Amino acid sequence: MDLTRRGFIKLTGASLATSSLSALGFGGSGAALAEAVRPFKLTHAKETRNTCTYCSVACGILIYTLGDGAKNARSDIIHIEGDPDHPVNRGTLCPKGSALLDIVHAPTRLQVPKYRAPGSSEFKEVSWDWALNRIARLMKDDRDKNFIAKNAQGTTVNRWLTTGMLAASASSSETSYLTWKVARSFGMLVFDNQARV
Amino acid sequence: MSNLQSQDYIRISATTVTPPAARSWEDQVAKLIDVTRCIGCKACQAACMEWNNLRDEVGFFEGTYDNPLDLDPHTWTLMRFTEYENPKGDLEWLIRKDGCMHCEDPGCLNACPAPGAIVQYANGIVDFISENCIGCGYCVKGCPFNIPRISQADHKSYKCTLCSDRVAASLEPACVKACPTGAIMFGSKKDMTDWAGERVIDLKSRGFENAGLYDPPGVDGTHVMYVLHHADKPSIYAGLPDQPKISSTVEFWKGLLKPLALGSIAFGVVAGFVHWITAGPNEVQPEDEAEANHLLASKGRPTADPSRSIAEETP
Amino acid sequence: MASLAPTFGRGAMTNTWQDIKNANLVVVMGGNAAEAHPCGFKWVIEAKIENGAKLVVVDPRFTRTASVADYYAPIRPGTDIAFLSGVIRYLLENEKIQREYVRAYTNASLIVKEGYGFEDGLFSGYDHEKGQYEKSTWDYELDEQGFAKVDDTWEHPRSVMALLRKHVARYTPEMVSRICGTPQDKFLHICELIAETSAPDKAMTSLFALGWTQHSVGSQNIRTMAMVQLLLGNIGVAGGGMNALRGHSNIQGLTDVGLLSNQMPGYMTLPKDSEVTFDDYMKTRQFKPLRPNQTSYWQNYKKFFVSFQKSMFGDAATAENNWAYDWLPKLDVPLYDIIKAFEMMNHGQMNGYICQGFNPQQAFPDRGKIRRGLSKLKFLVTMDPLDTETSRFWENFGPQNPADSAAIQTEVFQLPTTCFAEENGSLVNSARWLQWHWKAADAPGQAMSDIWIMSGIFHRMRELYRTEGGVFPDPILNLTWNYTDPTDPDPEELAKDMNGRARADLTDPSGAVVKKGGQLLDGFAQLSDDGTTESGCWIFSGCWTDKGNQMARRDATDPRDQGIAPQWAWAWPANRRILYNRASADVAGNPWNPAKPIIQWDGAKWIGIDVPDYGPTVKPSESVGPFIMNVEGVGRLFARDQMVEGPFPEHYEPLESPAINVLHPKVQSNPAVRVFADDRADFGTPSEFPYVATTYRLTEHFHYWTKHARINAILQPQEFVEIGEALAQEKGIAQGSWVRVRSKRGFIVCKAYVTKRIKPLTVDGKPTHVIGVPLHWGFTGQARKGYGANTLTPSVGDANTQTPEFKAFLVNVESVNGPEA
Repeated sequence: MDLTRRGFIKLTGASLATSSLSALGFGGSGAALAEAVRPFKLTHAKETRNTCTYCSVACGILIYTLGDGAKNARSDIIHIEGDPDHPVNRGTLCPKGSALLDIVHAPTRLQVPKYRAPGSSEFKEVSWDWALNRIARLMKDDRDKNFIAKNAQGTTVNRWLTTGMLAASASSSETSYLTWKVARSFGMLVFDNQARV
Repeated sequence: MSNLQSQDYIRISATTVTPPAARSWEDQVAKLIDVTRCIGCKACQAACMEWNNLRDEVGFFEGTYDNPLDLDPHTWTLMRFTEYENPKGDLEWLIRKDGCMHCEDPGCLNACPAPGAIVQYANGIVDFISENCIGCGYCVKGCPFNIPRISQADHKSYKCTLCSDRVAASLEPACVKACPTGAIMFGSKKDMTDWAGERVIDLKSRGFENAGLYDPPGVDGTHVMYVLHHADKPSIYAGLPDQPKISSTVEFWKGLLKPLALGSIAFGVVAGFVHWITAGPNEVQPEDEAEANHLLASKGRPTADPSRSIAEETP
Repeated sequence: MASLAPTFGRGAMTNTWQDIKNANLVVVMGGNAAEAHPCGFKWVIEAKIENGAKLVVVDPRFTRTASVADYYAPIRPGTDIAFLSGVIRYLLENEKIQREYVRAYTNASLIVKEGYGFEDGLFSGYDHEKGQYEKSTWDYELDEQGFAKVDDTWEHPRSVMALLRKHVARYTPEMVSRICGTPQDKFLHICELIAETSAPDKAMTSLFALGWTQHSVGSQNIRTMAMVQLLLGNIGVAGGGMNALRGHSNIQGLTDVGLLSNQMPGYMTLPKDSEVTFDDYMKTRQFKPLRPNQTSYWQNYKKFFVSFQKSMFGDAATAENNWAYDWLPKLDVPLYDIIKAFEMMNHGQMNGYICQGFNPQQAFPDRGKIRRGLSKLKFLVTMDPLDTETSRFWENFGPQNPADSAAIQTEVFQLPTTCFAEENGSLVNSARWLQWHWKAADAPGQAMSDIWIMSGIFHRMRELYRTEGGVFPDPILNLTWNYTDPTDPDPEELAKDMNGRARADLTDPSGAVVKKGGQLLDGFAQLSDDGTTESGCWIFSGCWTDKGNQMARRDATDPRDQGIAPQWAWAWPANRRILYNRASADVAGNPWNPAKPIIQWDGAKWIGIDVPDYGPTVKPSESVGPFIMNVEGVGRLFARDQMVEGPFPEHYEPLESPAINVLHPKVQSNPAVRVFADDRADFGTPSEFPYVATTYRLTEHFHYWTKHARINAILQPQEFVEIGEALAQEKGIAQGSWVRVRSKRGFIVCKAYVTKRIKPLTVDGKPTHVIGVPLHWGFTGQARKGYGANTLTPSVGDANTQTPEFKAFLVNVESVNGPEA
């Protein structure tokens, strides 16, 4: 330990730069000081119950948001932790669940619809309306051209095989049901989900 | 005015006066890390970073699951993994959550020359008060567990606070709450000690005859304790000290030099005050910085070397 | 799951997560529960500490689950059937089965048809040309009334028990060790531990996941353990079960709602080309009981089907048009799964593809083939909260994605979606709980919900068909869409659709009205096949009733602290928490384990802490079996025609294997597997690729998502492979140095983790090395760039489900210099 007198005096000098008088033990009103050191950050945050998005344990989570829901406050998620009431996780979370805040606020969260033209080496921003109109156009043209109403034996089969879909594994059952309705009403059969991987 | 039921100070760095423990009936707290039920998932690390708003740089793979490679100002707790072949020839994957032990007799606090930079609350939590920290690095030297780390960005020392903010709001620390398998528990030191006793009985029944509680007497016990399957050999758990104690230099400083040094602080008050009014608070002089860097560079990092072979860890 | 349903009647995890704490023995094999499901795994630790349970782990690697195990044994990837068939042999040879349970609750006593056989690796009926079985001999011998014949003594040579004994006789401990590389003493010790749970009051739970499914014999891996559990009497009881730990948060829900190529909601199936008319379709779905008095609940299929069609098409589905049967697409092949889809893309047979929250560029085998397939599309639509590799497959990211943008003509749409925190809705967890969640904040930027996007596409399509006409618009124009805001239906409205309603007043036999037209149904028992009810997903019926949203219930009360929590959220079917819980009691209705009963007979009805998975007043004397979905009423040791590769599981080598199939060298791998010619050409041989590789996820990660989360990127920042010390020494690979791992399909360059946790196995006398390849890294997000484990993996799936064989394939490895900087 390099405790030369010169070094020591300099260090005490630096310490005095921040708190000269408490140095001699005149201070020490501990509680008040400690409260100022680390205020509890969730005191008035709004709490919303949700389910972890990752695995099928389906841990209950509490999402804390800035703002009390007043009209002029835009809520922003500031913290997520386990729901202690949940019978399975009882408040615990794994390393993924404990870091949910970082997936919600990932810098690579997508913000706007983008389109990449054939042969292009970049995305460009487009409007929702443009994107959905274009998608519907491409899908309808493909369906009209390649829909199979009857097979070689003359059986009505009403299937569309040239456009397919993979469905999300973390979307709600309600989303899934709507997705099923839409995809099957088109006659889509190349239709799968993430159950396999 | 305070609602910090359990958080009155009982020790403050660089003072000669022992603060009155106004509410001495308060239970002492402890975190019990049961290494034998830890799955090394790092939920504790994630929860610590999330709660305390800490984000290190994204590192590299260095031949170990220890990520980041070492504690640092953004990493207050860290899983350390050891592949250990026991005398029977069976593999054990020893995984230990490293971090501040919150010693009953804290070497960091004893060594700290900055008034009020390190405090100990009545419940046993040892906390660093950043605004009082001068970044001198003495706490690093004083710590028998090699825990505090000095930030290159603000030249302050950082370590686990045992989530004193959560504890003050009657919540368990973030790592404790997150732990999926209950390998980290929190409660009164007595309850944790009793529970550890039950765990040791279970472990002995499963063939771990040297199972035991790690609550080292060399620092008057700790407020973070371990249940170990091999309590006879703490060092196989990534260098957990077998018999930690405060270094003799710090003891010397504490016993003899510190009162003298405080005299010299009194001598320095005038200079300090002048400095404060002319340069403003919180400004570190180049010399101070050099000194701190020196301390930083010289501090030991016994577990940080990725090239350290696994064989060396095995007795 | 296409292995549990053929055995028990339903393809889902049987018990709850918390119920694991009631186990006496936990076997983790075919999974890595501590790493993949840490918060569920807490109940394993609880079982150990509170119930004195032992934890056994069988895995090629010493995993983090193994680190807290009481006993660990290594196994060569892809040989689990041999191991477990050896366990079955041990149980039968040593009389360690729960005889009364097996006799009453399994098909051990049923007699199999003459003509069934197994020889040299093939079951009867194999068609070498088609690579498929004709399965008519895989069935029971029936009596005059059409019921299966029975021999309770098991002495009949064609009783299922006698056939099973004969089938597993080859799996001696020596043979198991020779195939699996597991030392005999370790194998036998595990057999002993498992055998102890044949006591009626002892239970073993099996926790498994993709470690079993991702094989060309994946479904049979699971079936073998399901058979072990039937023999031990461990199904339907507290602390027992086959606990299929599902992966993603709502993959159970997506499967329940039928988002699979051949599925409809509630495990109904789409028609095949051969089912020309609705009558043909219903003829193959009669589910006539094969034993007297059996429930065979699928006999109600028509009620579920008609109610579903009414939910889809409302008044447009009528008895006259066969409930719009022709509006459902028919299948000409068993499945249009993802492997098939990418094969079609590569052959120019597909033009459009929509990836909703799914990233096949990272997730599916043979990454090169995925990229080539996407490059041949006319358009690709991605819907995701995150910037996925799939949405940027066309962009050159260097060696990790060497795409030639200019040559790729695919139009790509990258649509930003909300994430879990930004929407209401329900998810179905592994234990079949439907749990409602609430929106906490708005989505960033212009991100929109999947519901809004799918509605937007649908409306535009429908409008084009209305204005332009086009091919067969009927199902599109008649699809029910009576939502308050047609552009953005409420999740609450969709949930009620799935629950179902009365379309007319429903009356009970006395004529009293039990439901008025328009009212929500109480459960699927109220469904009818005359068009007076509708339900979008019959198994969910009861989730949102007149009493409100049952999925939002938050009463965690847990009677006897036994891990049921019956008032927390809602579980399908009918809020039953432990499936087949009738089997928790003996034939007379008394609990096998009096300390942990689930339901029992009180002389007039079934009482207990769970909803009976059984008729609530069916007397024990009526001999109704506990497996109410099965036509026999009992669990199937012999699977009849339910599996494509045989009624009993048989060990077949992975498609890429270092070993000859020592049981039957002429039938090396699964004879019923589907392999496309170009994929077969891309299989490597052991001479060029001598090491077995297996892929897995690390606990710090969730698939390919968490590399976008800073904390997780910090916790495991960079791609690596795990190599045993012996192989590392042989190949001169230093700890943390760079290596290149090659398969026939591609290579990855990454760091090496030299570890004691993988040791060479002795397989058929030869040392066999295993290399572990964690998946995760790609070229978007915050973690360091990686090549992706799927660069290496073969494009072949399980013969029943087409789940890709990610867990066992061949590679080579060499030390290389690292990339610059």
